[in-house]
Amino acid sequence: MAVAVRRPGRLIAEVSTVVIAGIVAFPLYWMLLSAVKPPGEIQSANPKPWTLSPSFDSFSRVLTVSGFGRFFMNSLVVALVVVALSLVLSFLSAVALTRFSFKGRTVLLVMILVAQMVPVEALTIPLFFLMRQIGGVAPAFGLNELGSLVLVHLAFSLPFAIWMLRGFVAAVPVELEEAAKLDGASRMRFTWQILFPLVAPGLVAVSVLAFIHAWNDFLFAKTFIISKTENQTLPQAILVFFKPEDTDWGAVMASSTLMTIPVLVFFVLVQRRLVSGMAGAVKG
Amino acid sequence: MVTVQEAPPVTAPARKPRRKGDGRAAALYLAPAGILLAAMLAYPIYQLVLISFYDYGQPQATGNAPLVFLGFANYTDLLSQVQFWTVLGKTVGFAAACVVGSLLVGTGLAVLATRVRALPRALLFLAALGAWSTPAIAGSYVWLFLFDTDFGLVNEVLSGIGLPFEHHSWTFGTLGAFGLVAAEVIWCSFPFVLVTMYAGIKGVPDEVLEAASLDGASTWRTTWAILLPMVRPLLMIATVQSIIWDFKVFTQIYVMTNGGGVAGRNLVLNVYAYQQAFAGQEYGLGSAIGVVMTLLLLSVTGLYVRSQRRSAAWL
Repeated sequence: MAVAVRRPGRLIAEVSTVVIAGIVAFPLYWMLLSAVKPPGEIQSANPKPWTLSPSFDSFSRVLTVSGFGRFFMNSLVVALVVVALSLVLSFLSAVALTRFSFKGRTVLLVMILVAQMVPVEALTIPLFFLMRQIGGVAPAFGLNELGSLVLVHLAFSLPFAIWMLRGFVAAVPVELEEAAKLDGASRMRFTWQILFPLVAPGLVAVSVLAFIHAWNDFLFAKTFIISKTENQTLPQAILVFFKPEDTDWGAVMASSTLMTIPVLVFFVLVQRRLVSGMAGAVKG
Repeated sequence: MVTVQEAPPVTAPARKPRRKGDGRAAALYLAPAGILLAAMLAYPIYQLVLISFYDYGQPQATGNAPLVFLGFANYTDLLSQVQFWTVLGKTVGFAAACVVGSLLVGTGLAVLATRVRALPRALLFLAALGAWSTPAIAGSYVWLFLFDTDFGLVNEVLSGIGLPFEHHSWTFGTLGAFGLVAAEVIWCSFPFVLVTMYAGIKGVPDEVLEAASLDGASTWRTTWAILLPMVRPLLMIATVQSIIWDFKVFTQIYVMTNGGGVAGRNLVLNVYAYQQAFAGQEYGLGSAIGVVMTLLLLSVTGLYVRSQRRSAAWL
């Protein structure tokens, strides 16, 4: 886009862009800064926007006191399992919905579109009862177990993931499939060895969204993991330091930082593909 | 750093003649996701509606008392509560503010991003990615800390320039609390709009804009008369997605207003339903709130489906 290039306004635009970027990033800077401030400086009536003596006191408090590592691993395991499974399941569904013709395809597509809109938070009550029932049959997926979280997050990421991948799968030319068939590749082989790598940008976007979804969850972890505290996830771990009247802000900021880092790393690693993936999906 | 790659052209797959075995293969491919969605989404929706018709408290939940069918009593009960209408009004107002806020900020910055060189744009996108990737709970805490009554930077800065904000509590009053939560929600949700709209604007052919500029159209005019109409389908999708997200915010409200504020002044429907069900052990009433929420959002869905149908050959 070449509009307004070389106009005197561009410098103003660039300066404001940088200032806005600074404002947007500021809460993250404040989080990191407060996490490394020495104990005396955090809860100060005159907070300074810098620190001269960074310390890792808050981090060590978080990492030693609360079993934080355990909660971190719980969150990570749930998120990674959800990512892996949602990649496979949404890919298979997207292939079926775009490359096979069968009766009821249109109906299924509409159902998936509608499923994206269901306010999943409203389903907490029936899901709570369902997980209690499942616990009687398959204990690893019942209340208080990480499996229950995997199940709900998987189900909630799938509709959008399928919808997103659909566009990418459809963009692979039909001729490629015919050529593969002529070369004697089975449908299964074509699906996994040719199609799967070709839709990589879509898969990246799907995995990021599924990861964030599972990693961020507060409500379902709070509802499902009730009595078995060692199975709680990160949000509950942070909650421990947060008491309205007596908050350990240093620890809250340190644990918030630790919780943000994996997502940020994931995001930065895949950002190019994510952006094109999002664009592909919303255009679809 | 962040560049928008050309998205794959999404075209409707050509209507192929039905091949032998397609149906069976499709069933196999769809089965895993289908079973999961039926069990974790469709069945719970059915259960939600069912529970909302019963007097379902703790004794019923543990199986110690028989279920009593109430018909629409939970609903009439709900609709006659003053608190329900207040919460509904606050939810809609709060969601509307968040939606409008993130659309304005996201679209405005997307337009700005197309006007600047790569470096400032990369900084903006990097900051936006940072906000986007901050987990809701971490974001809630940071914003709370920035606006903390005693230790917050915002009060310090505002009172430093002579404004009466010393020991001001942002979360005490309804407007302040909702405003603070809305600011956090907009902060972490505008990046989606930014990325979507930036991709959309980049997709507008240069020739169209050059032609407009040759005809002497101002930047402002080009933006409003050419750019926005061309990216309207994307804007529509961003709007509907924002409505869906912001209408069901839970974590931020729950954490930042400490469970909905003193005497539930800062409740939204989600938190209200949660409290009725799990704290008040009124699962029937909580489910009725869930059904009302679902119906409200599904009516928005109708809009979305229509816009999708019109915008492209999507099936």
